[in-house]
Amino acid sequence: MTVTAEKLTETPTQTPLVTMRLWRGDATGGCFVDYEVEASEGEVVLDVVHRVQATQAPDLAVRWNCKAGKCGSCSAEVNGRPRLMCMTRMSTLPPGEAVTIAPMKTFPILKDLVSDVSFNYVVARQIPPLAPRPREADGTHRIAQVDIDRVQEFHKCIECFLCQDVCHVIRDHEGNKAHFAGPRFFVRAAALEMHPLDTLDRRPLLRHHLGLAYCNITKCCTEVCPVGIKITDNSIIPLKERVVDGYFDPIAWLGRKIRRKPARTPVTEPLAPQATAGANGPRPGRRSPGEA
Amino acid sequence: MSTLEQRAPAVAPSPIPVHLGGVRGGPKAATLRRDRWWVAPVLTVSALLAFVGYSTWAAFQNRDYYVGAAMHRDYLSPFYSPCITANCQVKFGPVIGSWWQISPAILILIFPLGFRLTCYYYRRSYYRSFLWAPPACAVADARPRYSGESRFPLIFQNVHRYFFYFGVIFNVILTYDAVEAFRFPGDGGIGVGVGTLIFVVNAVLLWLYSLSCHSCRHLCGGQVNSFSSHPIRYAVWKRLTPLNRRHMLFAWMSLFWVAFTDVYVRLVASGAIHDPKLF
Ligand code: SF4
Ligand code: SF4
Ligand code: FES
Ligand code: FES
Repeated sequence: MTVTAEKLTETPTQTPLVTMRLWRGDATGGCFVDYEVEASEGEVVLDVVHRVQATQAPDLAVRWNCKAGKCGSCSAEVNGRPRLMCMTRMSTLPPGEAVTIAPMKTFPILKDLVSDVSFNYVVARQIPPLAPRPREADGTHRIAQVDIDRVQEFHKCIECFLCQDVCHVIRDHEGNKAHFAGPRFFVRAAALEMHPLDTLDRRPLLRHHLGLAYCNITKCCTEVCPVGIKITDNSIIPLKERVVDGYFDPIAWLGRKIRRKPARTPVTEPLAPQATAGANGPRPGRRSPGEA
Repeated sequence: MSTLEQRAPAVAPSPIPVHLGGVRGGPKAATLRRDRWWVAPVLTVSALLAFVGYSTWAAFQNRDYYVGAAMHRDYLSPFYSPCITANCQVKFGPVIGSWWQISPAILILIFPLGFRLTCYYYRRSYYRSFLWAPPACAVADARPRYSGESRFPLIFQNVHRYFFYFGVIFNVILTYDAVEAFRFPGDGGIGVGVGTLIFVVNAVLLWLYSLSCHSCRHLCGGQVNSFSSHPIRYAVWKRLTPLNRRHMLFAWMSLFWVAFTDVYVRLVASGAIHDPKLF
C-alpha cells in the first residue's frame, strides 16, 4: 500500500477519547474517579495516565521510572489484572470501555496508584545470600555455562512484585504474610539453591519459615510475570521437589545415607536484617555479589 | 528418619518479625476483572466430573472390558489392566484370589487416580475450579481460611513421586497391552485394527504424560546443581524439559484417550460395533 505525504500529515478529525477510571485516595479511604482523556494509537496505559496527570489531576500519585518494562516501578491493576502500566498497550484493552486502574491490592496504599511494597524488602532480608565455595587455586571461580543457564532465567526478575500482588496466599489472606515469602522470593531462593557455587541448603528455611507449602501451584504468578519467568514450573515446583527430597522421601534419605554426599550447610533460621543500612550497607532485595 | 535440622545450623537464629498491617488500596471487591474468567473453571469442572462419572460407571460394570479370541482380538480396557483378580475375564495369573468379588477395575484404578490426584497440574486445576483457591488470578478466594499444602491432608501431596513410580509400572503394562493388541488370534495371527491404533496412541500419550511429570524432571536431573559434572542426567533433563512444558496438554489428552479406549473396547466387546481390521 502506498501512503501519500498528504495523508501522513493529515490531522485526525476526531481524537479518540477514553475514560480512565483511576483509584484516588490514601489510607483513609478513596474511590474511583473517571477522567476523559485523549489516547492516540500505540500508546501504553502509563502514557495516558500521565496525560491525566498533566491535564486534569496534577496531584495524581503514580510511580514509574523507565517506561520500558525494566525498573518494575509502575505495577498496578489494569482492569483487574496485575500489570506493568508501561507495558500494557491501550490497543489490547477492550475498546469503548473505561480503563480501570487500581493500586496493587496486596500491599498497603500510600496514595492513589502507589502502594508500599516494603513487605518484600522485609522478606528479602530473611534469605541468606550466595555463600560461594572457596576460590580455586588461581583465585577464580569457574562455572560451566550449562551450570548457570538455568538460574539466569531467575536473574531476569525486575522486582515489580506483580507476582507477590497476584498471589492469593497473601492477597486474600493478610495473616499469611507472617509466614509466606511469596513467589518472587521463591524465584530468588531457587536461583541460590540451584547455583553451582553455593554452599548453603535453604530447604529448612523454605519449609519452616518461607512457607513454600502454602503455595498451591495455581500459577497466577507465572501468568503475570512481565519478564516471563516460569515461576511455578522452574522455581517453585523444583523447590517443592527438593523439600520432598529432604523431608518426605525415605528413598532419598537412604540415598543420602549410603552415598554420604558432602552436604550443604542447612539454614534453619531467617537471616537477621542489618539494623541500619548505611550508604554502603547492604540494600534489601539487591543481588549479592557472585550471582551471575 | 533424620531430617535436615539434625545437622548443625549455619546461621545464628534471629528471626525478624514481618510488619503486618497498613491499609490496602483499591475497592473492596472480589475482583475488578470484567473478562470471562469463569470459563476456565467451568470447563475444568465439567471435564473432570464427566471423566470421574464415566470411569466410576465403567469400573463398576465388570463386563465388556475384554475383546478376546472369540472375536479374534486381544484388547483389554486400560481401566481393567493389569487384570490381576481371580474373577477376571483375562488371566495375568491371579495375584488376588477369589475372595475379591467386585470389579477388578476398583483395585487398579487407585493407582492412576492417585497419580493424577497428586499431579502438580491436576492440583492446580482442582484447587482453582473445585476449591476456588483462587477461582482465577486476581479473583478472591472463596474461603477465608487458607493453609495451602502445609497441613493434613494436603501435605500428602508430597508423595506424588511414589505415584509416579507406580505410573511408570502401569505404563509398561499398558504398553504391553498395546503390543498385545497386534495379536489377531484365529484371524491371521498378527494384524492392525482400528483398536490396535487406539491402544498404541493410548500408550504413547500415557508415556508422554508420565515423562513430562515435574517429579520425573526433578528426579532425572533437576535435583543436581552442577549439570557439567552429571552429563547424562543433564542430557535427560534437557530432553524432558520441553515435554514438561506441555504437561497440561498431555494430561488432558491422555485422560481423554484412556476413557475413549475404554469406550471403544466396551462397544466392540458388547457387539455394538465391529472392529475393522486395517491390514
Ligand atoms: S503458584 Fe504459588 S506462589 Fe504462584 S501465585 Fe499461585 S500460590 Fe502464589
Ligand atoms: S518474578 Fe516476575 S512478577 Fe515477580 S517480581 Fe520478578 S519480574 Fe516481577
Ligand atoms: S516504568 Fe519501569 S517498568 Fe514500567
Ligand atoms: S504427573 Fe503431573 S506433575 Fe507428575
